[in-house]
Amino acid sequence: MSSYSLSHLKELEAEAIYVIREVFAQFERPAILFSGGKDSIVVTHLACKAFFPAKIPMPLIHIDTGHNFPETIAFRDQLVNELGVQLIVGSVQESINKGRSREETGRNASRNALQTVTLLDTIEEHRIDAALGGARRDEEKARAKERFFSHRDDFGQWDPKNQRPELWNLFNGRKNQGEHFRVFPISNWTEMDIWQYILTEDIAIPSLYFAHHRDVIYRDDTWLPVSEYISLRDEERVERKLIRFRTLGDITITGGIESDADTLDKIVLEVAASRQTERGNRSDDKRSETSMEDRKKQGYF
Amino acid sequence: MQILRFTTAGSVDDGKSTLIGRLLYDSKSIFEDQIEAVKKSSEKKGLAHVDLSLLTDGLKDEREQGITIDVAYRFFATPKRKFIIADTPGHIQYTRNMVTGASTANLALILIDARKGVVEQTCRHSFIASLLQIPHVIVCVNKMDLVDYAEEQFDKIVEQYKEFAAKLNVKDIRFVPISALHGDNIVNRSENMGWYQGETLLHTLETIHIGNDKNLIDCRFPVQTVIRPHSNEHHDYRGYAGRIVGGIFKPGDKVLVLPSGFSSTIKSIDTYDGPVQEAFPPMSVTMTLEDDIDISRGDMIVRENNQPEVSQDLDVMLCWLNPRGPALNGKYILRHTSNEVRTMIKEVLYKVDINTLHRIEDDKDVRMNEISRVRLRTTKPLLADSYTRNRHTGSLILVDEATNETVAAGMII
Repeated sequence: MSSYSLSHLKELEAEAIYVIREVFAQFERPAILFSGGKDSIVVTHLACKAFFPAKIPMPLIHIDTGHNFPETIAFRDQLVNELGVQLIVGSVQESINKGRSREETGRNASRNALQTVTLLDTIEEHRIDAALGGARRDEEKARAKERFFSHRDDFGQWDPKNQRPELWNLFNGRKNQGEHFRVFPISNWTEMDIWQYILTEDIAIPSLYFAHHRDVIYRDDTWLPVSEYISLRDEERVERKLIRFRTLGDITITGGIESDADTLDKIVLEVAASRQTERGNRSDDKRSETSMEDRKKQGYF
Repeated sequence: MQILRFTTAGSVDDGKSTLIGRLLYDSKSIFEDQIEAVKKSSEKKGLAHVDLSLLTDGLKDEREQGITIDVAYRFFATPKRKFIIADTPGHIQYTRNMVTGASTANLALILIDARKGVVEQTCRHSFIASLLQIPHVIVCVNKMDLVDYAEEQFDKIVEQYKEFAAKLNVKDIRFVPISALHGDNIVNRSENMGWYQGETLLHTLETIHIGNDKNLIDCRFPVQTVIRPHSNEHHDYRGYAGRIVGGIFKPGDKVLVLPSGFSSTIKSIDTYDGPVQEAFPPMSVTMTLEDDIDISRGDMIVRENNQPEVSQDLDVMLCWLNPRGPALNGKYILRHTSNEVRTMIKEVLYKVDINTLHRIEDDKDVRMNEISRVRLRTTKPLLADSYTRNRHTGSLILVDEATNETVAAGMII
């Protein structure tokens, strides 16, 4: 302390808390987008810190594809209960029932892209004017261009070539009726920072991140969990493997890696030694070179 | 481990993307699947070598056109430091991006092509680094392989640059001869330049002293929001949340609240992890005071004997960021610390030619990417310091009331 400098994690934490407080101060109806994954868990933890000793003064929004890992939902409900915050669930199944979106068909069908419709509908229904998300700039090339305060037009769309310049720590959250902002407090964190922070702060995360035995099939260079939503192809056979997940999305698109890392310490070591990006096991990003950019423009997370 | 934030600016062909690719690659911050993708793209383009510059490609249009349009942020870490790179395009049209990248940087990397020496763009990048008060500049003389790694050529460019930089206000300038393409003096010492006794680029980035860059003298705490839990446990709690942007605060300190002018004493400095005995930049904390005073967002807590200027008239160096220039007597929203007021540009005093640093006094029509000195009048007083004294309490942005766009960035003189 005597040198008056902060560790990199403390500096990133201070930056994120500043951003979260700015959101609370500048907007009327902010919310936290909560997926049950490690990044949104860290954002929620940072929000606790930002408003301590008060409770988090905004709801969590979960976009439920209906294709979740059961562990994710159990974790979500327990956390919401502990924090005493409101939970808003936007259901992809309901969007499909209402005819707002259509189920994908074909070989690699998933509900990933369908989330965008439900997300935008939920934001509109609850008149959310700022949605805090856990996207990081190191994740993906389109996300490397994101602002902390990212403007969305009244169709919820992102215009990456016409973004507001963001200087110093002065965030411009002004908008017209019907528009909203996505805000990314952990923009400057890397996967390694997230894991080191979870370790240092001893933050609870879903058991899926730790090595466990699971029935899986090998598809598209990754171990895909067997579930009721996935149909086996002729050449595929079910194996029982010791695996863990580096990211969490829908059960239909999230591949695991073979690993025996069953503690946070081991995960940090594994991440440090890893030679593959974490989203390499996500089939949603592999559809094309610009699949994230394309989805983001539409209003995806 | 500390964070070092640096900005890079370069012209189209001086190898900036290759340099960044090289830093990421040699520091092992690139994953195998990313390298695979770049290898494939390089082959597709018919290149004989792996084009590391492709690692920094971002948006679809940028890949198609082979240029950087917008600021991109990149990350890498060594056991000593975490680095955040604001990668900005260097073309004159993109001055606004350079200014954006520079606004949060502790250090600027400036690239010079060893064959060409100091060119107009070098001057522009250096001027922006100086204007934005980036404390450290590293000048990388790149493409040394194309001048046979000649010491004389390097020395000549260093002299050239020093002569020009005498007009600037940068405290710490260093020079490194490199070849980004071959990796000379980036992470590993060059075997081709035995005559160079200095450090490699990465070693400099890892060890350069940045502890003195922040202001620990002038206590400044802009209040972002007020925390009132309304719970039984914390019934009367009233905490002022914000980020320390200058000085060191301690419980028991006598403080002054601006603009009201009431004085009080710090009762506690709270965080989720417990109260702290000292708070300094850039910590985010919550302060409680001994007295019940009406304090809200936009107010600032300072020390009695060290106050910012309280003024409605400001002289500002302004960088215009929007295609639509300022309207005559145009009114804008001004954001400064946690404060928002309305303002009018009363007068353009002069423009600065960002290539020569000369003042332009006969043309006061401000256009995008131009830097000018202006006089602003605000509807309410600001609590301002000069930018040279504090980058946080000395900076501001202007927002167009009609479009909500951020149209200008200002540094208070």
